[in-house]
Amino acid sequence: MNPFSSGTRLRDMIRAIRACKTAAEERAVVRKECASIRAAVSDNDNDYRHRNLAKLMFIHMLGYPTHFGQMECLKLIAAPGFPEKRIGYLGLMLLLDERQEVLMLVTNSLKQDLNHTNQYIVGLALCALGNISSAEMARDLAPEVERLLQFRDPNVRKKAALCSIRIIKKVPDLAENFVNPVASLLKEKHHGVLLTAIQLCADLCIVSEEALEYFRKKCTEGIVKILKDAVNSPYAPEYDISGISDPFLQIRLLRILRILGHGDADASDFMNDVLAQVATKTESNKNAGNAILYECVETIMSIEDSGGLRVLAINILGRFLSNRDNNIRYVALNMLMKAISVDGQAVQRHRATILECVKDSDASIRKRALELVYLLVNESNVKPLAKELIDYLVVSDQDFKGDLTAKICSIVEKLSPEKIWYIDQMLKVLCEAGNYVKDEVWHALIVVITNASNLHGYTVRSLYKAIQTSGDQEAVVRVAVWCIGEYGDLLVNNIGMLDIEEPITVTESDAIDAIEVAIMRHTSDLTTRAMCLMALLKLSSRFPSCSQRIKDIVTQSKGSLLLELQQRSIEFNSIIGKHQNLRSALVERMPVLDEATYSGRRAGSVPAAVSTSQGNTLNIPNGVVKIVDAPLVDLLDLGVDEPAPTNSSAANFLHDLLGGVDISSPSAQSGTMQPQKSGTDVLLDLLSSGSPLAQINTSTSDNKIPVSPLNSLSLSSPLPAATSSMMDLLDGFGPTPTPPAPKDNGPTYPPIVAFESASLRLMFNFSKQPGSPHITQIEANFTNKSSDVYTDFIFQAAVPKFLQLHLEPASSNTLNGNGSVTQKLRLTNNQHGKKSLVMRIRISYKLNNKDMLEEGQISNFPRDL
Amino acid sequence: MIRFILLQNRQGKTRLAKYYIPLEESEKHKVEYEVHRLVVNRDPKFTNFVEFRTHKVIYRRYAGLFFSLCVDITDNELAYLEGIHLFVEILDHFFSNVCELDLVFNFHKVYLILDEFILAGEFQETSKKAIIERMGELEKQE
Repeated sequence: MNPFSSGTRLRDMIRAIRACKTAAEERAVVRKECASIRAAVSDNDNDYRHRNLAKLMFIHMLGYPTHFGQMECLKLIAAPGFPEKRIGYLGLMLLLDERQEVLMLVTNSLKQDLNHTNQYIVGLALCALGNISSAEMARDLAPEVERLLQFRDPNVRKKAALCSIRIIKKVPDLAENFVNPVASLLKEKHHGVLLTAIQLCADLCIVSEEALEYFRKKCTEGIVKILKDAVNSPYAPEYDISGISDPFLQIRLLRILRILGHGDADASDFMNDVLAQVATKTESNKNAGNAILYECVETIMSIEDSGGLRVLAINILGRFLSNRDNNIRYVALNMLMKAISVDGQAVQRHRATILECVKDSDASIRKRALELVYLLVNESNVKPLAKELIDYLVVSDQDFKGDLTAKICSIVEKLSPEKIWYIDQMLKVLCEAGNYVKDEVWHALIVVITNASNLHGYTVRSLYKAIQTSGDQEAVVRVAVWCIGEYGDLLVNNIGMLDIEEPITVTESDAIDAIEVAIMRHTSDLTTRAMCLMALLKLSSRFPSCSQRIKDIVTQSKGSLLLELQQRSIEFNSIIGKHQNLRSALVERMPVLDEATYSGRRAGSVPAAVSTSQGNTLNIPNGVVKIVDAPLVDLLDLGVDEPAPTNSSAANFLHDLLGGVDISSPSAQSGTMQPQKSGTDVLLDLLSSGSPLAQINTSTSDNKIPVSPLNSLSLSSPLPAATSSMMDLLDGFGPTPTPPAPKDNGPTYPPIVAFESASLRLMFNFSKQPGSPHITQIEANFTNKSSDVYTDFIFQAAVPKFLQLHLEPASSNTLNGNGSVTQKLRLTNNQHGKKSLVMRIRISYKLNNKDMLEEGQISNFPRDL
Repeated sequence: MIRFILLQNRQGKTRLAKYYIPLEESEKHKVEYEVHRLVVNRDPKFTNFVEFRTHKVIYRRYAGLFFSLCVDITDNELAYLEGIHLFVEILDHFFSNVCELDLVFNFHKVYLILDEFILAGEFQETSKKAIIERMGELEKQE
């Protein structure tokens, strides 16, 4: 009984669905049908089962859920007749895939059908297995399939061959079982079998090195001969496509030759003749012919060098490239990318044509061409090529701009001959498509700008001009705001004028206008606004006369709904209003950012523990949450992995900190809680919030005005809340720290010289309380080796995560000539006995009112501390 | 390897969808929607190839129907284009002058033809005559 010719219920249903005028009507019809099918399913109706499933498949195609039909597939497959099985397997392939558990239930039926006496049923089972087999099924049924490779009917053999591909892809271990049967299939004459056998052969070579070696040795000759016959065969109507005999087979053969010839000179040598024959004899006025030529070129490019053939191949590509058919040009571009590594010069000759393709109206061609141009750029042609691309950026499609800017930026960055050219090109890109560039791009630009000290003035002036015209491009605004904040003084005074520049007159108020515009613009996001606030804080110090105006602008963000902006606004306000004497030091110019670290980090080649906090300062302007965690991790990880290099690049921690105040992090929030609790100074919050450093200002009575709360803090003997908040940063130090009461009845350790420089020596004396071996009391003794007076002496320390550090106030913040100061530290080692202590320190002080900074790492602690 | 085959009309109704890789139902609908959007508005002069996620779609339009194959990025685009045409010729021969309605009402036969043409994402038979003959044998089994 045929469900489709007699009953016509399927036709009726399709008609009914097609007659529906609205989606609601369609849903109603489908709902009704589904209801009756469900009823039939629960009645276990046998007569109409396959008709119902056919209907379900149609419903499925319309996008309705049909999972209740899954079991029906299995029942139909288990039915004896071909028509039922056919619909059952079709449903299985449409409604199920390899991930459904139900599929396991079908393995047995499949096995029976693979051994069925009716070869058409065997065909159905092979087809289903080939399309949806899971790894388990592949394993279970591989022997059957292997056997069927020798089945008498070629239709079954070719299905078995393709089915084997699925099996070895799912279970590569099974590959070896198929090598021998395939080798005998390759000797067949039947095109379908040959086609599938060659494909299986190629896939075997991919999954198994031994198979590749075997076929290379035993079958190369045979395959070359098949190709030769195919090329030279007389007209065979059955496999002829527009005058070319069996192009699909030829393409498959060329592909397997590529796999066999790749990396093997002998095999490559063997196929030279036939490849030359294909390349010269194939007609290129039809798509089928071009498909063969294309495949042939790829094979020639991949196999071992044979000069003559490659010239032939490049010539074919040249012809392709000038073809009027877009498809042919597309594949030419595709192939030229591979040809670059083989013969770069030959590809360079087509540069002009390729550049034209970048401007093609077809996005597929543009994309290929752009990739190719990217590979073609070198030092000698970067300037004209970059100019062409940037000019094109102006007129390109919106959706192409993202790709295009990414490539231009990458080219300019990789190959720029000089910094000024780089900066100019980047500004052009940012002005044209600043909304399309990725964050890394403008981060990198800032790194380059800070490194080009002679161009600071030029850059900030160019940027100032740029945002007047391109203020809608977010990235250019960010870079401009950053630079104006840093180099605002160079902007207004025309410092560092280059010969090529025209002088411009910018007043301090103009510069602030520019930032005010940026912060007020409704499209500016958190990052841009945070950067604006930072820039304003910096300008308040650079332009003291505008201080009040800046304060007013900063104050406006106090009402921001974004916690980050609100908090910073309040903090900066306080700095601008109350702490003029600190401000200039806080907002000093950012130190030069280390290009190597940054580019290394971008490439991901620098392990986190080795990189210093430098690289991350770059991330800071974007104000994304958690960025500051990275330096924090760096600092804290130093004892875990290899020690971080203590080069000068780490010297700017304080700046980083302040540069990074627009960063919100959980710790920053905990910092904001403190003022209510303990009245801690804002400054301390700033320092504690972004910083893993436990810092105590060693203030005494001579330092009252700015940090008076600190003063009381450092003198109070129960631990102030602010201190414990800093401890929270270091993994929640216990809330009830015991006051230090060193007693000398614990085990003793020899004192060490923890740090020594030309001007300073730091000694550590250790003691432990009995009963708590993991806590070490350290008395740090700082000795001034010179006869000068060090004022504003501050000692900072950072430890890895497994340690907790508590710093007591120092005995004084002034270190007289040859005098000394002591400070107590308490270290809790959470991994006592497993890891030794390690600490990174920084000592800052003023010598004749000049800031001095020394830092180092202490890893010579006695063991067992 | 062919990852999936779609037959869609200009309105985006899917007339045939065959997946050789496992995908969630929701993902399939998304894919069908995206592929349709990619191909439907392309200029006929443009290439028949569009990059789609990490793969590429080779498509060809016949009257109001789009035949789209999603293949690996390294595959021979021109060969698959020829393959689409061959498939259409087979359908045309089988339904004698095929139209969209033939495919709607006989979707299960279209799948059957496809299963004789492509298996496991690879071409199985490239002779029109062989496939038509095979279909005749299969119809006799019904």
